[in-house]
Amino acid sequence: MIGLEILASHYAYALMFVLLGVGLYMMIANENLVKKVIGVNLFQTAIFLFFVSVAYVEVDGEPGDSPVVPAEVAPGELFVASPLPHVIVLTAIVVGVALTAVALALIVRIYSEYGTLREDTLREVRADE
Amino acid sequence: MSEEIGSVLPILLVAAPILAATLPLIFGLRLERTGWSVALVTCAGTFLASLSLATTVFGDATHVLVIHELGGFARPVGIELVADEFSTLIVLLVTGVSLAVLAYTRVGGPRGNTFYSGYLLLVGGLLGLSLTGDVFNMFVFLEIVGLGTYALVASGDGPESAVAALKYLIVGTVGASLYLLGVGFLFMATGTLNMLDLQTQVEAAGYDNTLVVAGFAFIFVGFAIKVAQWPLHGWQPDAYQHAPDGVTPLVAALVSTVSAYALGRVLFTVFTVDFVTATPYASEIIVAVGATSVVAGSVLAVIQYDVKRMLAYSSVSQFGLIVAAYGIATETAFVGAVIHLLGHGLLKAGLFLAVGVVALGYGARTVGEYAGLAHERPYVAGGMAVLLIALVGIPPSVGFIGKWYIALGAVQAEAWVVSAVIFLSTMLTLAYVARLLERMYFTPAHPLSDPHDTAHDHAPAAATDGGTDAANGGTTGRVTVAMLAVVVCIAVLAVLLGFAGGLFFELLEPFTAEVFN
Repeated sequence: MIGLEILASHYAYALMFVLLGVGLYMMIANENLVKKVIGVNLFQTAIFLFFVSVAYVEVDGEPGDSPVVPAEVAPGELFVASPLPHVIVLTAIVVGVALTAVALALIVRIYSEYGTLREDTLREVRADE
Repeated sequence: MSEEIGSVLPILLVAAPILAATLPLIFGLRLERTGWSVALVTCAGTFLASLSLATTVFGDATHVLVIHELGGFARPVGIELVADEFSTLIVLLVTGVSLAVLAYTRVGGPRGNTFYSGYLLLVGGLLGLSLTGDVFNMFVFLEIVGLGTYALVASGDGPESAVAALKYLIVGTVGASLYLLGVGFLFMATGTLNMLDLQTQVEAAGYDNTLVVAGFAFIFVGFAIKVAQWPLHGWQPDAYQHAPDGVTPLVAALVSTVSAYALGRVLFTVFTVDFVTATPYASEIIVAVGATSVVAGSVLAVIQYDVKRMLAYSSVSQFGLIVAAYGIATETAFVGAVIHLLGHGLLKAGLFLAVGVVALGYGARTVGEYAGLAHERPYVAGGMAVLLIALVGIPPSVGFIGKWYIALGAVQAEAWVVSAVIFLSTMLTLAYVARLLERMYFTPAHPLSDPHDTAHDHAPAAATDGGTDAANGGTTGRVTVAMLAVVVCIAVLAVLLGFAGGLFFELLEPFTAEVFN
């Protein structure tokens, strides 16, 4: 029963680790290079969701503390989520977009050189050379 | 007055290369080849700035922190750039090596303005990673360094380099993401991201706090990927081998080195020595990862045929030593790790430059093809021999003092496994180094009994033209005096620094005194 309660209150974390696992599995098990990159994106998205949910965590029983609007101003009335994790996620999304762009550019080049997007075929082609 | 100039230097060092990275692209609209000049001016400027920073930091015998608060926001809200004794040494290495490598790329390296944009972006990222005082800012710079490296590795002409870069990208992103996840746990436990603030907050949260320990675990695994520790090193040999010859010295000497520095920074400034000793098995796990990498990297290096790949595996083992020294967490071992960090960066920069020069002028890429090199190309062979001997750790050389202090620290801490591993790795390093030296000095280029002498004459040339590696574009270029001069200078420096063990101890003394008590 305690396990269920923890799951009910912490489902965001459980969801995040499931997503993390799905992303990691896609990266390792999928032979298609584009899907590998999608796996990387899922992996990163899981971490972004983790940061967003962290922002709402209570500190010492008080609702989320924030450097801009301290929780003490109106205890029990003013519920402010910490803006810092949101800013972090915003920055991390930009970094993630840049990474995806570079990865796709590399995949375009690999496709034009080898004519395949599958890793196993790629391995065969390279072994032949 | 001088203090004001001093506190501007950290931001100048980070911002100048990143802003200058746009210039080759802008100039490229009208002029063909301005990239190299822009890079030279910027790298020379950052080198002078880092020297100036060093005089400020090392000018005083006390613990000096040159702090620049970005945007004027104070700690713990704002992001800081911090230069202290530890980071200033790394900044000197980054600016020095990035300036030296330009001597090779002018004639031998990848050409084009976009290449130099990537080059400057990478240098800016590395300097940012060395100077940042904020754990999330560190993630951003880790990714900037990553992006710069992926782009530079892929700038080779052959298709292999794109595959190596993509592999590196996927694995490297996982490493950086795991680090970010660890930072998330730390933020949950403490509510702050500033390193100096974290130091007190982590202690307040308690070293046995589950969130803190989990954060440490994720951060360590993330860095183990970035530093290329066995068995997470898979990306590194491919990336080093298939990167263009002008890129490998920069990447091999700096990227993993600065990541290893960042690990040390997080370990000793954020978590502190007390955390490492207080947490059950933390020290043991770090030492075990490092020691395994030392042995596995050396053994893999011995069985390689391609010289670049051999040196890449050698890096896995040398970084294993550094990580193991971090795990021992005594003052002597730490100073040894810093010396080895600098020394290894310098040696690998020189060695990969020499490999590039040999490929360019002699057409040799595998250990077998190095036969007769000393006779045909005495200067580069001599420089390479000195660097290789320094890599083994034969005194007087910078490789020796690094290993010596790590070994001394291991013995003092009674970590007998590490002492044994250092001895074993030195033997294995000697094995692969001696193999190459024997080829260079004692094997004639053309076996005397071989009647088809002319056929062998063409063999090396065909190997380069065939573009099996394709790193230098399949054209045999000319070796300039500047390239040779850089290789010889680095070799001389590696020997001279072999006498500077006491100096390093003095320079780092204020930092170690702060960390280890």
